[in-house]
Amino acid sequence: MIAQLTAWLTHPLGHMIAALVAIMAFLGVNGLVLVYMERKVAGFIQRRPGPYEVGPQGLLQPLADAGKLISKQLTIPDGADKLMFWAAPVLSMAPVVICFLPIPFSPLLTGMDVNLGLLLILAFSGLNSLALCLAGWGSNNKYSLLGAARAVAQAVAYEIPLLLAVLAVAFQTGSLNLSVIAEEQSRGLLSWNVFTHPLAFFIFFVASVAETNRSPFDLPEAESELTAGFHTEYSGMGFGIFFLAEYSYMVIVCAVATALFLGGWDGPVLPGIWWFLAKVFGLIFVMMWFRWTFPRVRFDQLLNICWKWLIPLGLLNLVVTALMLKLVR
Amino acid sequence: MRSLIKALKGLWSLAVGLRITAVELVKPQITVHYPREEVENLVSYRGHIELVPLDADLQTPRCIMCWRCVDNCPSRCITLRMHVKGEEAGRAADPGLRLAPDIQVPYSQHRTPPPDVIERVLDVYRLNYSLCSLCGLCVQNCPVDAIRFTGNAYLVGTTRQTFDIDLLARLRQRAAATVAARSTARAA
Repeated sequence: MIAQLTAWLTHPLGHMIAALVAIMAFLGVNGLVLVYMERKVAGFIQRRPGPYEVGPQGLLQPLADAGKLISKQLTIPDGADKLMFWAAPVLSMAPVVICFLPIPFSPLLTGMDVNLGLLLILAFSGLNSLALCLAGWGSNNKYSLLGAARAVAQAVAYEIPLLLAVLAVAFQTGSLNLSVIAEEQSRGLLSWNVFTHPLAFFIFFVASVAETNRSPFDLPEAESELTAGFHTEYSGMGFGIFFLAEYSYMVIVCAVATALFLGGWDGPVLPGIWWFLAKVFGLIFVMMWFRWTFPRVRFDQLLNICWKWLIPLGLLNLVVTALMLKLVR
Repeated sequence: MRSLIKALKGLWSLAVGLRITAVELVKPQITVHYPREEVENLVSYRGHIELVPLDADLQTPRCIMCWRCVDNCPSRCITLRMHVKGEEAGRAADPGLRLAPDIQVPYSQHRTPPPDVIERVLDVYRLNYSLCSLCGLCVQNCPVDAIRFTGNAYLVGTTRQTFDIDLLARLRQRAAATVAARSTARAA
């Protein structure tokens, strides 16, 4: 029985199915943890306790929230495109699972060891902007449409510096395989790419905050201007899935940043998986910290930061990296 | 070059902002966890009014029944009834709601007899708190400081009757509670 099971698990297909199931379980739990974490971080920064009433220290609050979201009626606005309206949240969530496949949680714990893992993640995470576009268009609501337009402009703009930053690391390692890139950095703290490519890390992190529509770049859902942006008309689990997808994308970009720049699973004493998760959640904490510190940028500022600063800097970083590599080798 | 310096300054200001929120993150909370904790400083809080007892006798209010609080109240939320000692209780005319200025009230305005000549007994002193605007004119105008604000910040109720407060009964209850507390303290 056990021999059969291991045989099935070592088969690529079995391995992938098991990984997908595990990823989905992880995503669900992750949503609950991050909701709690976000509200606690917000609370502590504002010097109040945050959720406190449901369960010890408010630990069961996310479960109560989830219960509320699940039990709410799904409504659809008049004149909305039914197919697009319901396809959007599904389309937002589905690629997330695939994006998790090539992420190297530890030397052994990788869903699918593909040589183009980085490309896979970048390609599939791009689908999210399509989902937001569908949500905005399908809702038949001006706020949703404006939010969707913003989301697309923002995603298109910030994918470029993101790619430029990633390319610098890929040049150095000569691989797009995340496991290989992480492996290269597992020779102690100083081998981490964040020390050789600090600028690329900075660009990557800023661009990933923008890509995940997190504050201060949360223009697509700017609540003070657009009610809730693209998900204005969504209630119950329609909104819940968008929410879950947003948190999952946060984990993805932070996991990619960890694998690319922060040495992946590298760290003393504890097994690699714990180091990897600690770094990922550390970066997510920084994102939350940003959210409760910085006010939202204006749209022209958002695009100025991208086109006038991040892209030129990214190009410069790339050229310098290429020159260095040429001279050294 | 100038824009570069501006950008670097901007980045520095972001770091300063992050430092401030990080410091706030680790500081202790300053909110009060209401059902479990209550605010300590209620001295300046204006709750509904209450009657102040005599220093010598906690059961008796200081009130000399001059009617000034009733007359001054812009919201007409105080009801006062009294009788002169020796007379039958409740014989004094019920002033009721006085909306017209020409209606005279017994012992009101300048017709108050000096307190040492006729002894009066307070029968009823009620506050309709749902009308009260907490302006404090009754407290300001009381010649003998017989009215004060309570620190009762946590008064809640689901019916109008909750806010029709019998201040005389309240005074007696509190006096009884104080006496009981004193006797237990003495016994201990």
